Amino acid sequence: MRSTPGSAEVTGATVLAIDGLRVVFDTEQGPVQAVRGVTMDVMAGECLAVVGESGSGKSQLFLACLGLLAGNGRALGSARLQGAELIGSEERGLASLRGAAVGLVSQDPMNALTPHLRIGEQLTEFVLDRGRMTRPEARGRALELLRSVGIADPETRYDQYPHELSGGQRQRVAIAMALMPGPVLLIADEPTTALDVTVQAQVLDVLRGLRGQGLTIVLVTHDLGVVAGLADRVAVMYAGAVVELATADQVFSAPRHPYTAALLEAIPRLDAEPGARLAHIEGQPPGSQERLQGCPFAPRCAFARERCRESEPRLEWRDGRASACHAPLPGGWTP
Amino acid sequence: MSAPLLEVRGLHVEYAGSGILRSRRGTVHALRGVNLELHAGRSLGVVGESGCGKSSLARVALGLVAPSAGEVRWDGWTVDPGDHVRMRRMRRELQVVFQDPFGSLDPRMTAGASVEEALEALEGLTDATAVRSRVAAAFDSVGLERGLASRYPHELSGGQCQRVAIARATVVRPRLLICDEAVSALDVSVQAQIVNLLADLSRQQGIGLLFISHNLAVVRHLCDEVVVLYLGRVVERATREALFATPRHPYTQALLAAVPVPDPRVASRRATAAVAEEGSPGTQPSAGCAFAPRCPHALDACFGRPPGLEAAGGGSVVSCHRWRELAGIA
Repeated sequence: MRSTPGSAEVTGATVLAIDGLRVVFDTEQGPVQAVRGVTMDVMAGECLAVVGESGSGKSQLFLACLGLLAGNGRALGSARLQGAELIGSEERGLASLRGAAVGLVSQDPMNALTPHLRIGEQLTEFVLDRGRMTRPEARGRALELLRSVGIADPETRYDQYPHELSGGQRQRVAIAMALMPGPVLLIADEPTTALDVTVQAQVLDVLRGLRGQGLTIVLVTHDLGVVAGLADRVAVMYAGAVVELATADQVFSAPRHPYTAALLEAIPRLDAEPGARLAHIEGQPPGSQERLQGCPFAPRCAFARERCRESEPRLEWRDGRASACHAPLPGGWTP
Repeated sequence: MSAPLLEVRGLHVEYAGSGILRSRRGTVHALRGVNLELHAGRSLGVVGESGCGKSSLARVALGLVAPSAGEVRWDGWTVDPGDHVRMRRMRRELQVVFQDPFGSLDPRMTAGASVEEALEALEGLTDATAVRSRVAAAFDSVGLERGLASRYPHELSGGQCQRVAIARATVVRPRLLICDEAVSALDVSVQAQIVNLLADLSRQQGIGLLFISHNLAVVRHLCDEVVVLYLGRVVERATREALFATPRHPYTQALLAAVPVPDPRVASRRATAAVAEEGSPGTQPSAGCAFAPRCPHALDACFGRPPGLEAAGGGSVVSCHRWRELAGIA
């Protein structure tokens, strides 16, 4: 267990270094930038949460790193996994990379699981195909991983089909499957969004356990609630760019960017005054076709000034944290 | 007190198993003897996880699904699909907003035309001037710029589409609005706008809300009273204040404990998941309390016979053999 948040930075090793990454989709209406120049590092052993609403580019960012963009999408810039460039490298190289070095867990576990294959076959397929393990070794590892993600009676589950499992069990299996080749990085893209709230709590426990074992995790989510208690650092995205990057404690207790603060306030909470109005953000995020001028959040920002409407603020680092705002909130500000 | 606006008595809903599963699993019991009532102008939250029957409840109330047993009363009248005159009136007075804002609007109709259509179909209003002014007023009341009336759903954001759906539902001045996960698909910042809008509409226009949701925190902001469903049964019903301050049923407690808290200091102190995994598909149901297989407090007796609904003070009811003991009440 890590004692202080952000101490992953102290241990030093960068697992994934994203630098100036852009994602462009060619559409009938012309090119659309879904990710507009993102730079961030994922450090060994940390859980980095990437938080944003729909259209923020949070999922496309990591799909681009994995070479999984839709056919009309292009990635520009750089993303290096342990030094190896992922952007623009050959498709074949990427395929083996994303199967082995990076594990991916997505929202709907049924997308990861093949309905007509037994759980055990799916778990072991990848490592057996590549001759990385013998069959008994693969079975042993699969059972061990099923146990570690909290599947009771893994021997029985091993021989079952996905439809014989509940939604929560399937997501656990999907996590185990992503871990089979021993990846250096697990990317979990909205891993609990499709799950019921009690099941979500269990899957978050699994991720927390894996983080405790030292696995590097990127948690992509729209829900700041699931981030607290799991993430070491949080990157908040808005309109294709990172607007704030700081430790989880900093983001939750003293957000610098007005969007982060407003997002925190808008979450319905169980400790709020019952029946109270929710603080909401007027307007909506810019559409993908919209031409941006100035700070993309300015039209919705309570603190926007003239300058905000004219020039887009860059992500700037100060006191070990970053925000992209012309008028960041003072450090001690709390929602 | 006057008769409830919506009253549900001993409601059972069953669906025949479909396809190859029909022979194996047979009938699916979506609701098993549900009672509830909702008075005019009040807001009732119905919470529970997938498969608890909350959407079936909405469908029965709307007359889209016939109950296999029990009855639904609308304003004192036992709903009878054969009575076309009363059904027509009920359809105007009882409106619904669904989860998917894009799916619930006709993609070939502009936002304005969608709202107009509701007026024409349910009120028979055809006078162009009257229609126009009612549509404009509906747009105003849901915070939509009137200029958006000429847009098609695909030209609108999710939040705007949901406002159009609410305008369409409220333009006919309903007495009750059923919201079936109406804010679940929206982004947090927009979800808050729609929750506040529903609260305003309910307060200002006296519209009752039947708010079906899996999100207890949203329900807490919006509803006067809450019903918790588990596998087709009411396990607890209480006022908002009582339910959130002193949840009696272990399932309600588990649901509350599982709501993510957006605060790392609290979240890291929290105990891990409070209940056991949900059963695998096809698991034999318990002969006793349906929640017993997952309940951290279950004793042998809980598996033996199902608990009835008991009054738990302050108008609350709870269905648990052990609630008194767990609450420290002798």
